[in-house]
Amino acid sequence: MKPEELKNHEKELYYFQLRVGFAGVAVLVAFALLFARFFQLQVVQHDTYAAKAEDNRISIVPIAPNRGLILDRNGVVLARNYSAYTLEIFPAKVKDVERTIQELGEVVEVQAKDRSRFRKLYAETRNAESLPIRTRLTDEEVARFAANRYRFPGVEIKARLFRQYPHGDLASHVIGYIGRINQKDQERLEELDVEANYRGTDFIGKAGLEASYQQELHGTTGMEQVEIDAAGRGIRTLARTPAQAGNNITLTLDIKLQEVAEAAFGDRRGALVAIEPSTGGVLAFVSKPGFDPNLFVDGIDPQSWAELNNSPDRPLNNRAIAGVYPPGSTFKPYLALAALESGKRTFKSAINDPGYFEFGGRRFRDSKPGGNGYVDMFKSIVVSSDTFYYQVANDMGIDAIAGFMAKFGFGARSGIDLDGEAVGVLPSPEWKQKRFHRPEQQKWYAGETISIGIGQGYNAYTPIQLAVALATLAADGDMYRPHLVSHIDNLRTGERRSIEPVLLRHVPLKAENLDFVKRAMASVNKEGTGARAFASALYTNGGKTGTAQVIGMKQNEKYDEKKVAERHRDHSLFIVFAPLESPKIALMVIVENGGFGARAAAPIARVVLDYYLLGKMPEGDQPGAPKPAVDEDAEEND
Amino acid sequence: MELAQLAPRRLAARLFAGIDGTLLALSLLLVALGLATLFSASYEQPGRVSAQVANLAVALAAMWVVARIPPQTLMRFAVPAYFIGLVLLVAVALAGEVVNGARRWLHVGVMRFQPSEIMKLALPMMLAWYFHKNETALRVRAFAVAGLLLAVPVLLIARQPDLGTAVLVAAVGFYVIFFAGIGWKVLVGLGVLGIGSLFPLWGMLHDYQRRRILTLIDPTQDPLGAGYHTIQSTIAVGSGGLTGKGWLHGTQTHLEFIPERHTDFIFAVFSEEFGLIGNALLITLYALLIARGLMIAANAPTFFARLLAASVTLMFFTYAFVNMGMVSGILPVVGVPLPFISYGGTALLTLFIGIGILMSVHSHRRLVQT
Repeated sequence: MKPEELKNHEKELYYFQLRVGFAGVAVLVAFALLFARFFQLQVVQHDTYAAKAEDNRISIVPIAPNRGLILDRNGVVLARNYSAYTLEIFPAKVKDVERTIQELGEVVEVQAKDRSRFRKLYAETRNAESLPIRTRLTDEEVARFAANRYRFPGVEIKARLFRQYPHGDLASHVIGYIGRINQKDQERLEELDVEANYRGTDFIGKAGLEASYQQELHGTTGMEQVEIDAAGRGIRTLARTPAQAGNNITLTLDIKLQEVAEAAFGDRRGALVAIEPSTGGVLAFVSKPGFDPNLFVDGIDPQSWAELNNSPDRPLNNRAIAGVYPPGSTFKPYLALAALESGKRTFKSAINDPGYFEFGGRRFRDSKPGGNGYVDMFKSIVVSSDTFYYQVANDMGIDAIAGFMAKFGFGARSGIDLDGEAVGVLPSPEWKQKRFHRPEQQKWYAGETISIGIGQGYNAYTPIQLAVALATLAADGDMYRPHLVSHIDNLRTGERRSIEPVLLRHVPLKAENLDFVKRAMASVNKEGTGARAFASALYTNGGKTGTAQVIGMKQNEKYDEKKVAERHRDHSLFIVFAPLESPKIALMVIVENGGFGARAAAPIARVVLDYYLLGKMPEGDQPGAPKPAVDEDAEEND
Repeated sequence: MELAQLAPRRLAARLFAGIDGTLLALSLLLVALGLATLFSASYEQPGRVSAQVANLAVALAAMWVVARIPPQTLMRFAVPAYFIGLVLLVAVALAGEVVNGARRWLHVGVMRFQPSEIMKLALPMMLAWYFHKNETALRVRAFAVAGLLLAVPVLLIARQPDLGTAVLVAAVGFYVIFFAGIGWKVLVGLGVLGIGSLFPLWGMLHDYQRRRILTLIDPTQDPLGAGYHTIQSTIAVGSGGLTGKGWLHGTQTHLEFIPERHTDFIFAVFSEEFGLIGNALLITLYALLIARGLMIAANAPTFFARLLAASVTLMFFTYAFVNMGMVSGILPVVGVPLPFISYGGTALLTLFIGIGILMSVHSHRRLVQT
């Protein structure tokens, strides 16, 4: 090798080694970068990624609790759960929902009703995982679907607990119903900050006690921590917190009494509330017509919903707490008390009734043409003299009346343990001021006070208010908060919480005045307007009939039942408590468009009281519709 | 008696002639880590570990053979190997088997293989041979020819499409050109040109390749699709922490969240179970292996041997860096195995032939003269 070549060679080698050195440094830099990245991931952000790995690995599966039962005061089950198979579609896993439903129809029966219900649920349900297309599958259907399962990815058979109301429409307005949690429910749950406890739960109380005792009935959701693989398959259970079933609630209501009361109504519309005066416990609570709550439990189909919603009978309206009616003559015993307490009248006060009361050039007519002649305080209640109470109202003035009536709970929510109670109207100048906007309407006219005296005019109260007022009178002024629930049982701990009677207030009344009014009411059912309905009752009792006008009559017009459209006929009311000494039951009943109180309402009350106090079952095939058994004369004056 | 003692010793000496203990120890240490990781990654398919051991036996035999061949002899294989490789690549393009939308495999009798694998070593050999032949007159023309020799197989592989292998083969070819002494200015110029050509290149990419690149920038864009690999492997690495979850205790691995956990993503398994400490050990082993390779290259007697040794060494680096980079989410997901660790016979064979080449260069370093 020539020296020059050699030198060249060395120089070349030197340059090569320089580049090798450069490559070595580049490798070190690159590895240092990698290491920095590892440090970032494994040390700096380790917690984040460790949490993500855990999230990957662990799935929290909520276990929905069993809903508590609803029982009547004797332990009869009114709402329970049963297990049944449903066919459910996971919309996220199904490509074409409509086609899937179509094809499912070849395997199990899918009616138009099921389809429309599914569509409704699909449209309104919050981010639901799965929705039922069919519920309550028969064993045969389950088997048939199982054999065809491969054809339906994203469709599964599930065993679910269903709510069931074994008594159908009986006490439907008390029990209410449950339905799927919708957007609005979800928002309310979030507001209450309890949505975590509803994971895994699809249903919530929508009406009645199911809604108002939702928190008690729901229970506590359990959790299962499951290790899952990438495909979402459960590998093993890591931890498990069992669900705690909801509490059972037991009512003060007696379902047998309720049954008797509802049967007594027959097909007629109206409401009935019976209260135990010494506690406020509700014994019977009727709003007719009712509905079958079972229709709602797995999502009501649109057709049934439309029927219920559009019916002129308004079966979904809870008349007992949300219907407002003028009390008619059932108002008179309270006004009598008011007059006696205020000193505007004494036991001996009497009038000569010409059949009308004249005020400001206007005649307020008595319902008995020609009047009742000599009418004293006692007789005014027994024969239900309108003229007498026109004068009483006029003498007392609206402020005194409103002040006294407010103490009995008129025009205020009773506080019963149901949602949706109406307030009603206890008329007063202040109420009118607030109610109306034009100055000429806001003014209270003295003439308006006069019809208030017979429970007409602006008077408008809910049946529950009328029942509570009566119970207060029966209990000598002790007003208890009405309640449907007697106690709540926690099955897990065995703990029982009783709903103690809540004395809302004591209305101070003179004993002799109370005694006087009660005796007069007793006389109503012995020789007065309620005598026919309570003939030969085996217990002492006091009552009062009432008739509430649905449409106003012109001054000289005579009300003729036969000429008036059925829906414009008067409402029939009756209040009664028994026995006279330490009453066990105070009952209010209204039959819509039933005519005179003595005719439609009073017989229903009699049937209920006979059953409650004597255990006597109504006679005949149609116990609820006794023949009109009141003579025309007695009936006239109401 | 003396003979009886001597004979085995001489036999051993002859058997291990040309075998570099350092390289062998480092590569076997890496393989051992790989087998342990593979055992964990394939708990449900235990056959994989023994299959990999069989692959290892074949690879070691190949290494043993190559290590004994002097570089001068190796040089003679360069041209035929390159052209055979080229012909096979064309054959793949015409009659290859399509797997997962890519035409990469060629059936020869009962076995099938990827001809692109041959190019990983044939290309650097070819280029080294070419530069060696033109050693005295390395002008622009020589580099242009080298560029052409590189471009043809790389484009053929990229068209299959197999972006990972194309990048690796291109990288190895580039290393040869770099070590052959291409001017720094030309290098910078090519670099600028390369970046400039990215834009038209983007148009040539397949959808899945584009998606892989896009999801690299933001894997969360497509967490269940193209981003899934990266997200899950990053979680595996990150959740490993400093010391790892322990061998056989990686939850990401054992609950099958890591896709391709035996092959391209085996580093996620390793990293999850052995943590940052394990990673540091792995990087150190690679660094030592590369250092050893570069030392051998620096002391190699001939231009061919130098270029081949240096480029093969950097090939190990490129494999390791690209693989660990993609698993830890800083490089796009391209199909590159982790050297000596990932499951797979062909890759292991190529790697140990590479080790054999280094050994050959090392043991023949004093046999100067061409």
